[in-house]
Amino acid sequence: MQSDKIELVCPAGSLPALKTAIDHGADCVYMGFRDDTNARNFTGLNFSFDNAKEGVRYAHAKGRKVLLALNTYPQADGWQRWKTAIDNAAELGMDAVILADPGLMQYAAKNHPDLRLHLSVQGSATNYEAINFYHEMFGIRRAVVPRVLALAQVEQLMAGTPVEIELFGFGGLCVMVEGRCALSSYATGDSPNTRGVCSPPKSVRWQETPKGLESRLNGILIDRYDPEEKAGYPTLCKGRFDVEGETYYAIEEPTSLNTLELLPKLMSMGIAAIKIEGRQRSPAYVEQVTRVWRQAIDSCRRDTQSFAVKPAWMTELGKVSEGQQQTLGAYYRPWK
Amino acid sequence: MKLAIGPVLYYWDRDTLLNFYDQMADAPVDIIYLGETVCSRRHLLRLQDYLDVAERLVAAGKEVVIATQTLIESEYDVKTLRRIAGNEKFRVEANDMGAVRLLANKTPFVAGSTLNIFNSQTLDLLAGLGATRWVMPVEMSRVALASVLQQRQSTPETEVFAYGRLPLAFSARCFTARHHNLQKDDCQFKCLDYEDGLALKTREGQPFLTLNGIQTQSALVHNLIGELDSLQDAGVDVVRVSPQAHHSGEILRLFRECMEQRLTPAQALSQIEGLMPAASCNGYWHDKPGLEFINR
Repeated sequence: MQSDKIELVCPAGSLPALKTAIDHGADCVYMGFRDDTNARNFTGLNFSFDNAKEGVRYAHAKGRKVLLALNTYPQADGWQRWKTAIDNAAELGMDAVILADPGLMQYAAKNHPDLRLHLSVQGSATNYEAINFYHEMFGIRRAVVPRVLALAQVEQLMAGTPVEIELFGFGGLCVMVEGRCALSSYATGDSPNTRGVCSPPKSVRWQETPKGLESRLNGILIDRYDPEEKAGYPTLCKGRFDVEGETYYAIEEPTSLNTLELLPKLMSMGIAAIKIEGRQRSPAYVEQVTRVWRQAIDSCRRDTQSFAVKPAWMTELGKVSEGQQQTLGAYYRPWK
Repeated sequence: MKLAIGPVLYYWDRDTLLNFYDQMADAPVDIIYLGETVCSRRHLLRLQDYLDVAERLVAAGKEVVIATQTLIESEYDVKTLRRIAGNEKFRVEANDMGAVRLLANKTPFVAGSTLNIFNSQTLDLLAGLGATRWVMPVEMSRVALASVLQQRQSTPETEVFAYGRLPLAFSARCFTARHHNLQKDDCQFKCLDYEDGLALKTREGQPFLTLNGIQTQSALVHNLIGELDSLQDAGVDVVRVSPQAHHSGEILRLFRECMEQRLTPAQALSQIEGLMPAASCNGYWHDKPGLEFINR
């Protein structure tokens, strides 16, 4: 693997976002269809077949790649929908599909042997034995690793597998192992695994009360804000709760992952690609984040030794971070 | 239907755990799952200790399955996984695809609930690799299960998590250590202080979740004792009870009596209430939010 080829993989929740990402230097964009076959199944987001076709045309004309996320688990009554999505991906000439379900990988490998397969982060593969399972069974070429491993663990994992590794570099942070979190369905009935959503907007209620502004998810109080506090989206693991009489962010603060300062290390490790989270975010977000990461990667590629994170980059990224806070997450072991 | 007791999800001290399995040897349960599935730092019983316990339980007439850790991160975790997979005596419950790779086409195994088997295609695939039993994901509903079982070509046994606080999520971060402002690597084994986990409530006092080290569970107790007829109708072969610090033996007895129709579902529900650490929920089985309780 060549570290100087590290790919910047940017989110495309819509055609404008896709074009923005390509125009500002994404090597790849990833998208989903307009249904529960992908883990950002939100109203007004994602691509119809024709939109996707235009997206692929636009990206390929500029020599970039398009990856299609089909990363939820096909539900028993919906197999046809996921199967059709795979067939459509092949027809559209997608550069790869990002899958989590072994049954679906088997279908893709058998019926579309030329379609490149990536293992989604929703596949929960945190060790090389798991990654090699998907490699041997279905020929996956790349795995996106859950945001729970320390960098040393990622290095160990890479030593044990021929599969390329893609890491999350920036954006919303799941503190739970992706694919192994049912908190959202416990509270609301819908989860990433089953419906492609977490803490879905339809379950959210905001309420002004004498005690402050309250955010609720299916009636459950996720947080309450004093007048001077900035309210955030009530993702249920990022609320303030009471444990033994102490109220705090018991699971995780509202914060974004930002690994910019790790870039030289990631490149020297031979990471194949860096993924930017945020298909649900606006084209303006995509523009800002893509531009900064493009500059950073190019700068690091020119001279890894003297690479330094520019304060301006951090300021730009800080503006679009959740709760205006950033963390290295699990890559920095003491965070655990 | 057969009755199973799942692996102990909490961190109990050595004597408590050994006593628990002494009780299980005499309990009205067919299958016993053993092993540490949550955290590699929990070491008061080592793999060899579990294998010794397993021998005693087999001698008492129980089927024993060794369950693997759900989150396999370090090389140490992988090594432990290899030792479990390579044990030639006991069937293994694979809770990660890494475990499946080590067991596939070599020895029959149980496909655990965190493998996320949501459709018949994936079920048939795992059965083809040697899964002789699968445990349905906790999020799955009765209707979805029936649909999988109707469409499948293979015939592994089907097991359902039917009693206990739901294991909902796994993380790299230890929330029990976090609560005590400790780092995970220096957690001082605080989990030992919480025999049924650490309660997390909303700011208005509603019990919501339970912190159990790197695992997050429901606060409410998923309880399908009133649904055993619908489990049977759906084609379930094995009913799993998850251990709690007290009364697990009595809970197994109630499930057994209800399965043998010596208790009505209503009688069983009313008798089990006093033995539970929290109120019941069963929403998942009814395709509702998991924390709801549907009284039929």
